[in-house]
Amino acid sequence: MKLLQLSPSSLRKHLAGQGVWLRTGPFSLRIQSRLPRVAEGLIELYGQFEVRDSNLAFADFHVEINSPSMLRRWFRPQVNFSFDGDLPFKPLPLDQAYPMLEWGLNWSISMHAHQYLIIHAGVVEKNGLAAILPAPPGSGKSTLTAGLVLSGWRLLSDELTLIDRKTGLIQPLPRPVSLKNESIPLIRDFSPDAFINRASHDTAKGTVAHMRPPKESVRRQHEPARPGWVIFPKWSADSSTTLTPRSKAQTFMFLAQNAFNYSQLGADGFRVGTRLIEQAECYDFQYSQLDQAVAAFDRLANAAPAAKAA
Amino acid sequence: MSPIGKTIPGDLVSRVFRNPYAVSSFSLMDWDKLVRQARRSGLLARLRTVLVQHRQLDVVPAEARWHFDAAATLADKQQIAVRWEIGKIAEALSDLTFPLIVLKGGAYVVAGLPSATGRLFNDIDILVPRELLGPVEAALMLAGWHPGGLSDYDQRYYRRWMHEIPPMQHVKRATVIDVHHAILPDTARYHPDSVKLRSRAVPIDDTKKVHVLAPEDMVLHSATHLFHDGELPHGLRDLTDIDLLFRHFATIPGFWNRLQARAEELDLSRPLFHALRYVQHFLDTPIPEDFAHAMAHASPNRTTQSLLDAVFLRALAPDHISCADAYTPLARKAAFIRAHWLRMPPHLLFPHLFHKAFFQARYDEQTT
Repeated sequence: MKLLQLSPSSLRKHLAGQGVWLRTGPFSLRIQSRLPRVAEGLIELYGQFEVRDSNLAFADFHVEINSPSMLRRWFRPQVNFSFDGDLPFKPLPLDQAYPMLEWGLNWSISMHAHQYLIIHAGVVEKNGLAAILPAPPGSGKSTLTAGLVLSGWRLLSDELTLIDRKTGLIQPLPRPVSLKNESIPLIRDFSPDAFINRASHDTAKGTVAHMRPPKESVRRQHEPARPGWVIFPKWSADSSTTLTPRSKAQTFMFLAQNAFNYSQLGADGFRVGTRLIEQAECYDFQYSQLDQAVAAFDRLANAAPAAKAA
Repeated sequence: MSPIGKTIPGDLVSRVFRNPYAVSSFSLMDWDKLVRQARRSGLLARLRTVLVQHRQLDVVPAEARWHFDAAATLADKQQIAVRWEIGKIAEALSDLTFPLIVLKGGAYVVAGLPSATGRLFNDIDILVPRELLGPVEAALMLAGWHPGGLSDYDQRYYRRWMHEIPPMQHVKRATVIDVHHAILPDTARYHPDSVKLRSRAVPIDDTKKVHVLAPEDMVLHSATHLFHDGELPHGLRDLTDIDLLFRHFATIPGFWNRLQARAEELDLSRPLFHALRYVQHFLDTPIPEDFAHAMAHASPNRTTQSLLDAVFLRALAPDHISCADAYTPLARKAAFIRAHWLRMPPHLLFPHLFHKAFFQARYDEQTT
């Protein structure tokens, strides 16, 4: 059953009680929350995802997002993210309840799912090949990811690139795309199809909102993709759209440094990382106009020998 | 031994340790609980080892399997990292002429003991002569380890009353060392002589740079640490350490006699008695009957014992909502206060708890 088939009132009831079991990519979650904003966020963004009765299904991660105490519901209201009774973060203002859930899920996955090499990068796919977009914050990675998936690319993941250690393939995790500050109006203008939820203000990353993942990407969330490119985007005002090859060795070093669990995997992390780099073309990419950026990516995908979907 | 009372229902982790074949009848919801309890107790990787040893790994349903595998990946990597880190510590302290003694988890790893398997680490504990604390701290600081962000009160508390200096964290690798000069504070009820402990430490290889405690002392230290430490987040894991030590050392001729004598000598018969009682209860550890009989004299009186049972049956179970009863929070608090009570006389304890209750929260808020 899909989440959108659940009535809002019954979803809220389940969230406040035993929790809602939800599958996203390879992971199953049990989410509990009494907060209307969390229910609202899930209804708006996770409609296409599978839900089950949480009393019957095994869940990988049991998470809860709630106010820490009675007092904090009224006086400068706050929220806590709990990972099965553990509180890995300091509380945040109530306004940030929904993004805190998303950040908490990122934490849960990157701290535990060591069957993958997990790189901090967006990743999208076309014609069976994946483009990995690693980049420091502020480089326009999420904006570009959003622009591409609104233009026919498949969303594999916005923040966490999961590389299966056994197969070397990229495992999709098509959760909502997080957008910050100016990218929010920019993506709204870019595509009338984009649904972006209510923004949370004054977070550690500024204003944050999430874009609903495309239906088709969610439908194909169990279909892995072969790595095709590693592309470092950099948004820079008034620049032309340029794609410049970059050194594979340097790219590998950057990926290793930006992987959440590279050092935890020991020698195998090196093996998985080098196999990835051997398969992928590496580029630096500069852009100022999103439509031109998408056109450049399309040219890249069309020029590549069509890969069979893995 | 007096009967131990009822087990807290729902503790699947110790149940699987007692009988690994029990998993064959587990429902998917049992696996859900087992994974969660084991993760909280830091025992996912060790459980996997037990399942492998009993050929039960294939019984694990696909949904649950990766949790065990991923924890084992982490544990394997930590073993290598701990070895390497201990090498670095030995290097940093090589100019000081005394044997470096590694305690607890680090010792199990360098000594290649079964209690190292599937173990996860938070820090590395070492034991050094008290009179060399200053030079040791200086040498470690030169090599990149620095005292962590403690309040002035905590710094003073550690240095004045504790048997260790504040934890030191490496600036680059973020690894943490606990430097001990004894296994209990000077103020504690029992006074094991650190010089005696150090005198029988054994080198782990020909270079004689790194030592571990003698088998009996290793058991006594683990027991003392478990039953005299304030918090028990990993109580069950520490109990399985002791279980594995017992099973391993039991094969050394004369071990049990030496253990009993050494416990008397170091004034640690009571914590050893507790360890025996609870490893048998939680983990079915085989203990020779005459030894158990000989240790009975170290038991507390019956009232105290039943009170301690009520506390430890709860506090040593996995710290997870699925195996807690109405008294669990109280039991954990009681274990915490008891450990402090045993470590400090009242005229020190009460001001300390008072400070913790009323000033710590303010410090925590200031530093966030």
